[in-house]
Amino acid sequence: MSSPIKKWSHSNQERAQRLLESYPDRRSAMMPLLYIASLEHDHVSQDAMREVAALIGLTAAQVESVASFYTMFKREEVGDYLVSVCTSISCFLRGADDVLDAVEQACDARHGSTSPDGRFTVEHVECIGACGGAPAVQVNYELIEGLTGAKAQQLIEWLKDTRPQVVLADEMQQLFGGQRSFDWGGPEPDGAVAPVPAFAPYGSTAEGR
Amino acid sequence: MSDLILTSRMTEHPTDSHTIGRFIETGGYEALRKALGEMSPDEIKAEVKLSNMRGRGGAGFPTGVKWGFLAPAEPRYLVVNGDESEPGTFNDRQLMERDPHQLIEGMVISSYALGVDRAFVYIRGEYARSARRVQRAIDEAYEAGYLGENILGSGFSLDITVHLGGGAYICGEETALLNSLEGRRGEPRLKPPFPAVEGLYAKPTIVNNVESISNIPWIVSNGGSSYAAIGPERSAGTKMLSISGHIKRPGNHEIIMGMTWRDLIFDLGGGIPEGRALKAWIPGGASSPWFVPEEHLDTIVSIDDVAASGSMLGAGAVVVMDETTNVVAAAHRIVRFFAHESCGQCTPCREGTRWLEDVLKRILDGDGRPQDVDLLLDISDNISPGLLWPPAMTTICPLGPSAVSPVTSITRWFMPEVEAMIAAKELAHG
Repeated sequence: MSSPIKKWSHSNQERAQRLLESYPDRRSAMMPLLYIASLEHDHVSQDAMREVAALIGLTAAQVESVASFYTMFKREEVGDYLVSVCTSISCFLRGADDVLDAVEQACDARHGSTSPDGRFTVEHVECIGACGGAPAVQVNYELIEGLTGAKAQQLIEWLKDTRPQVVLADEMQQLFGGQRSFDWGGPEPDGAVAPVPAFAPYGSTAEGR
Repeated sequence: MSDLILTSRMTEHPTDSHTIGRFIETGGYEALRKALGEMSPDEIKAEVKLSNMRGRGGAGFPTGVKWGFLAPAEPRYLVVNGDESEPGTFNDRQLMERDPHQLIEGMVISSYALGVDRAFVYIRGEYARSARRVQRAIDEAYEAGYLGENILGSGFSLDITVHLGGGAYICGEETALLNSLEGRRGEPRLKPPFPAVEGLYAKPTIVNNVESISNIPWIVSNGGSSYAAIGPERSAGTKMLSISGHIKRPGNHEIIMGMTWRDLIFDLGGGIPEGRALKAWIPGGASSPWFVPEEHLDTIVSIDDVAASGSMLGAGAVVVMDETTNVVAAAHRIVRFFAHESCGQCTPCREGTRWLEDVLKRILDGDGRPQDVDLLLDISDNISPGLLWPPAMTTICPLGPSAVSPVTSITRWFMPEVEAMIAAKELAHG
């Protein structure tokens, strides 16, 4: 039988193989594989779920039942930049709704939708653990803390103008952020190259790009 | 050096406390050397029990006692819960990003004590930076011989895998986390069996929070009795509190419990910005019933004192609200969270949280009806009969009852405001 992921990049095929071997039970590789598959397909498409199912030895329906449970597995196309605005209690108390308004306007996309040019997907999300630096936003899961509506608008304009290939939290925080939950402790070399958490085992950091 | 257990290294070394070089230079992995070289697994377990440390994830169950429940069957697993998602909490994020080797050292010692050779760290998906820092620290630890085969020549071996979540609060509940780690929907399991008997892959499993495990190296180095001697009885050791909301100095503060809430908010937290008055605060994360200044400023910040006053310290998330806060809007925001995060298994939670959200929204939108207060309390009573604290449950896990906390908080402490809101809107609508 030919490999269900022969169309994947060589490095992602290797990552998938390593993940399948790194758990006592293959099924545990489901979530990491869904992240890699969503990089290969730009989102967790039907094909992506079929491929993951074949790798693990499940049906596509079983994979979809898992993928649909978690908000970070996007089953519809996502823009280049996924802008997630926290609107939970601590951010709400410090003006998150203004930030959401500014982001929606600047991106030309409402909660849960993608801008007409396909660049931005906007969502309001529940607590992202940045309460001490509220209100906070993530761009492709890279964090910016201590925003205001005006700063959030500048952030989006900056993304439009510079179109960074790699989204770096430290850079965005320095340019547009304010109060942080805590000192972040030294710059981070890696950033996100897609709307998927930037984590080397999933092939989604700046390394090697 | 200060009284700090968890945050001294990151406080003294703001740029590189996460690197193995700085970690070792500041005494890191010495506790592991001591544990593997001089102590038996039973001796370590005895020290942890002696420390009286209570689990830092929210439930406050003594870690040493939990360890004692681990069934002897093989294989066994250690799973560290880094799914920190309770609105208001961000202390585990700091521990993972700023001192990941402290966590890893704690994991190796704990695994040795528990007879485990396979451990996992489950980190919420949104914490990409935490995951990278922990993964890099794991890679460094393998290279330096603190992980992998025959650690420090002791004959003990351990592998650790980082597992990223997918954006679901419920996976912070330990059995939901185990399902998620198995590649399933993050739905909590009925207990018993408890994970210590049937956990990951139905094998004996200990699930501990990041902050709990980060304390283990200190306990091994200094002895359980030294840890137990810090702070009030039954709230031993230090606790990292995440303070946010309307407060001058937000952030994580590692404290010795036993101070009053007045000291915590007005001294440590610097008080309320812009000279405003304090209206209420959430003492232990979105799930916990609120405190108000008229009643609770002199209550002691400890696990038992907060519980005795009808709330919980939980994972230590303090959310402060000043006099400008619309309490109905705040309660709605919290209820909306739980409605969104309900896994849907249990009807009272799945349906009840959504109903609570809808009724609160109706009041906020100006369409509240006089009977809506009774309706809110009736729905709440169906989720958590009797509206008691700690809550009675009609559900597999405590998520449903958590959504009741903000509702009973505003009806208990701010009923005139809620009723005025309903009445004023009625007037406005003619």
